[in-house]
Amino acid sequence: MNLKLQLSRAWGPTVEAPVLVMKEGFSPRYDLDRWSGVISRIGHTAEGQSIVGKILIIPTVKGGVAAGWAFYDLLQKGISPIGLVFGKLNPVMVQGAILANIPIADGLDKESMLLLRNGTNIRFDPSTKSISTFS
Amino acid sequence: MLLTDLEQSMLDGKQGEALREALAFQLEVGKFFGAERFVPITNAHLMGDIEVMGNAGLGLLRRLSDHNGQCAVPTSTNARCMHFDQVNELKQDLVEIEKEQEIIRHIKDMGAVATDTCINYQTVYQPKLGEHVAWGDTGTVIYANSVLGARTNYEGGMSSFAASLTARTPAYGFHLDENRRGNLYVNVKAQLRDTADWGALGKIIGHSNQDYFSVPVFHGIDEMPLSDHLKHLGASLASYGSMAMYHVVGVTPEAMTSARAFSGRQPDHIIEVTDTDIASVYSSYNYLEAQANIVVFSGPQLSIFEMQNLAKLFEGRYVATGMHVFVTTNHAVWSDAKRLGYVETLEKSGVKILQGVCFYILQRLTQIREENGWTNLISNSAKLVNTITAHRFNTILRKTDQCVEIACSGKLI
Repeated sequence: MNLKLQLSRAWGPTVEAPVLVMKEGFSPRYDLDRWSGVISRIGHTAEGQSIVGKILIIPTVKGGVAAGWAFYDLLQKGISPIGLVFGKLNPVMVQGAILANIPIADGLDKESMLLLRNGTNIRFDPSTKSISTFS
Repeated sequence: MLLTDLEQSMLDGKQGEALREALAFQLEVGKFFGAERFVPITNAHLMGDIEVMGNAGLGLLRRLSDHNGQCAVPTSTNARCMHFDQVNELKQDLVEIEKEQEIIRHIKDMGAVATDTCINYQTVYQPKLGEHVAWGDTGTVIYANSVLGARTNYEGGMSSFAASLTARTPAYGFHLDENRRGNLYVNVKAQLRDTADWGALGKIIGHSNQDYFSVPVFHGIDEMPLSDHLKHLGASLASYGSMAMYHVVGVTPEAMTSARAFSGRQPDHIIEVTDTDIASVYSSYNYLEAQANIVVFSGPQLSIFEMQNLAKLFEGRYVATGMHVFVTTNHAVWSDAKRLGYVETLEKSGVKILQGVCFYILQRLTQIREENGWTNLISNSAKLVNTITAHRFNTILRKTDQCVEIACSGKLI
């Protein structure tokens, strides 16, 4: 059965990609090897997984101003995520996503996050503030 | 968003391409957060170095520079990722060093003052109660909002540059009264002595309440905290919790009373922090077996008083074999510390002092760690032991005097 989940605020173009679901906050500076696109923080729940070409599902944020530039840099390196869907976010994530033209949203509740599995393909449509699974 | 005639003129490109691009970007950010208007600012603090900007960010900066973008308000710059003087342990890429120097040239051409500091609030500019600014480093933002009563959001990347060029920023978040009210009641029953204790408090509250729009209100602080204490509390809250504001009742300017700090908002949680809780933070770290380790005093850069204290603690002692010790500060503090003899004392002890950088943002840091064989990183900065982890250090928080003891004895206590 396909799911449709609502978001609070959203920006950017509609995209389709598999998801990487994180179980904790994410910062490109604290958690990511920005030369490979692999989560490198020891003990991060997504340690060893690649963000490249994924829509990231992230419950919260930590830090940090690095994201303001980092997504734009990752885009140019060809290792950026396709979209960013948060439970809660901070302005830097929005500033960084807009600069890189990566769609971003917040307001995905915890229960909805539990319904998503790594690798599931989703359509993220900021114009309707929604994400939906498809087969 | 409602635009003034001047803002519409910027958006239409009548004030030049740099201002058009800057305002268009700010407009998108403002619309996301539901801002109704822009607010004028008096000061900007730029965050941008080659380690995080990459070639993409450098290209954008070149474009703004080519379009003759000029800072419209007094503007300072954050800590850099390159140490331009030779340091044996740091073999930074020459090509990237040249790019960093190009960034600095562009920033200076735009009219910014290249202060290279993340403690601008201690050494460069202290905005007043109610003053709107646009600062681009989390530690600076939380200090400005909380301790000074100024108003700013995190302004990362292009955002801080755009604000400097347009002299305004979208009015959302901490520019608005309603978001500055407390929502977490924190009863501090712990004795906080060392800066690391304040950082540990920030970790306890930030880590368990990650939310940019959460504003903790600290009660029970029985001694007037120093600027360096509040600096480490804020840096830690921002790092672990992505928070941008806190109140300390009876201390910070918008919290002369608890009622004023909450301003009618009901606390979501009441949290008690005891000495046992602080001790649990320290005991939560574990050392790994290692041949070489590093002690770092950084994140944020050290104030002159922190430099004085470290010089006192290291005087007559020497860094042990297998240990490396780094301190970072800004050019202004370093110059004073040199004049006052602190630099000489620390360097005699084997401490390396880096100017104008912050340790965790150093370019090529993962490779530097590998080349030096560093395993455990010990610091009195709760922020640093969190922010540096992508480079796979095993990090340990300790009090300042313990860090010095570890550095000089080589014993991992």
